[in-house]
Amino acid sequence: MLWQQLANGIAIGSVYALISLGLTMVYGILRILHIAHAGIYALGAYIGWFSFRLIGDFWLSLFIGMAGAAVAGILIERFLYAPLLHLPRIAPLIVSIGLFIAMEEAFRIVAGPHTLTYNARIGLGDFSMGSFRLTETQILILLVTLIILLFLWAFLTKTRTGLAMRACAQDAETTSSFGVNVGAIIAVNFLIGSAMAGAAGVLIGVYDNQVWPTMGSIPAYKALAIVVLGGLGNIPGTVLASIIVGLAETFVIGVLAIPFPRDAVAFIAMILVLMFKPYGLLGKA
Amino acid sequence: MRRESQVVSGRTPNSFRLATYGSKMISGYLITILITVVIYCILAHSLNIITGHAGQISLGHAAFFGIGAYTSAMLYTEAGFPFWISVPLAAMVAGMVGALLGIPCLRVRDDFLAITTMGINFVIEAVFLYIPFFGGAMGIGGINLPNWLGREMTKPEYFLLILVVFVFLLLLDWKLGRSWVGLAWASIREDEQAAGTMGVDIVRFKVIAFILGSAIAGLAGGFYAHFLTFIMPQNFGFGQSIVILCMVVFGGIGTRWGPIVGAIILGILPEVSRPIMEYRTLVYGVLLLAMMRFQPGGLLGSESILTKGLRRYVLRPLSKKAS
Repeated sequence: MLWQQLANGIAIGSVYALISLGLTMVYGILRILHIAHAGIYALGAYIGWFSFRLIGDFWLSLFIGMAGAAVAGILIERFLYAPLLHLPRIAPLIVSIGLFIAMEEAFRIVAGPHTLTYNARIGLGDFSMGSFRLTETQILILLVTLIILLFLWAFLTKTRTGLAMRACAQDAETTSSFGVNVGAIIAVNFLIGSAMAGAAGVLIGVYDNQVWPTMGSIPAYKALAIVVLGGLGNIPGTVLASIIVGLAETFVIGVLAIPFPRDAVAFIAMILVLMFKPYGLLGKA
Repeated sequence: MRRESQVVSGRTPNSFRLATYGSKMISGYLITILITVVIYCILAHSLNIITGHAGQISLGHAAFFGIGAYTSAMLYTEAGFPFWISVPLAAMVAGMVGALLGIPCLRVRDDFLAITTMGINFVIEAVFLYIPFFGGAMGIGGINLPNWLGREMTKPEYFLLILVVFVFLLLLDWKLGRSWVGLAWASIREDEQAAGTMGVDIVRFKVIAFILGSAIAGLAGGFYAHFLTFIMPQNFGFGQSIVILCMVVFGGIGTRWGPIVGAIILGILPEVSRPIMEYRTLVYGVLLLAMMRFQPGGLLGSESILTKGLRRYVLRPLSKKAS
């Protein structure tokens, strides 16, 4: 039972990590709270669902979902955020909120208000050892997250573009004076972050076996709490915070059976941590 | 009082007949919209104190609105306090909670503050929803319009009452804007570090802004509860906070009239756009997005087309004429 809850918690936490990482990377470079990121997550799920209906191959649909989300992310950065960067922080925040509201409505109008079932055949099979059991979709989530995180780590630490990205997160102006094309780095940043969110959307679509217009609204706010919990802009902190929130939710609801809204757990954890560490778990002043 | 007794005794004076005629002219539907819009004006105004004047982004303003509404509702239905006591108490409680939550909030950096206030909103909504004392998902019912002159207020009268309170709040805002407090807020908003160096007690003035903004939101909550006669946790969720924030930003953050214009436009918009019901929220989202993208200062911001136009075609010719 305990192991089972642990596996559930880590699976949920991994999806949170995929969503929150994009958010924290965007914050790291542009210092904006990208609420519409959750809209990209839902968009990824819809594109994944649609292409799965069209093609019938899950892995290809996952890839198409990621690619579609990445394109959307870059477009948002180019046409909405870039012209607003010199303004007070509240302007891009409101743009992001407006965009998120519009995206949710667009999904409802285009694809209908009902949930769409996403029962893809993945071909991994369940795994069981005694009473411990991992479902096929859980294995899928863990596997995909692990691959993406490894890719991200390798990209950030082993390539020159990754180095430039980390430099930009520290000080974009100085980095640009070293001849780095900061605009391109920001685009790459949005590409990777949005692709991860798209992957998270497809994974949740398969895990819950449904895709629905407002699937982004809870992750939108929860991901922000996670990002703050991990220390805004801090990538390892974000992964850690995601897993902690995933586990805390599963344990508070599943094991302790406290009648408390699952979605408030992340915020309570965040407020508690901020009381003692105002810059998040791994954040620095 | 005397006129009231005349009505009861059956002789209907002309003025009273006129009043009833007038209240029929202003239909129930219209008066409902008017009251809602004034309540939104008060809310937008209160958030403008925190976000516009003192420059602290709050994404959880509906929490204080909710605290005010619940306090006044509980005091009215459980403790039997009349409206005239329960609503001021609601404002006080909301202000105190604002101070309590504001102090730890102000330890964190600006972006953290936005998300922390958002978190507070979720937690407060969860408290209302999950603690049976607050009526749970069913909410609290049986709250009535206030009594005066020995009878229950009519809706037009209630509207006038709220309007008078709102005008009073605007006067207060005008006074504060010209005082030391307003100056200190402006300095914090423009450059917090510089203000600190100059000897402005940053934390104190931020907390004052929080208390004042929260208290006024609580007052609006009390009015709202007595107007709706029935409140639910969902009325005070994060979505509501966003609506309030959008009104402030849409009209022009930090300006005196902007939030009011924003509250009126965005408050009436759902009613006007009934024919396009299906696309209403989409329009709302796109409108916000377009507004911020092309007029980031808001409708009445110093750089907006509207303000520039006013200055160019109305104010300048007028001043020329005067000289």
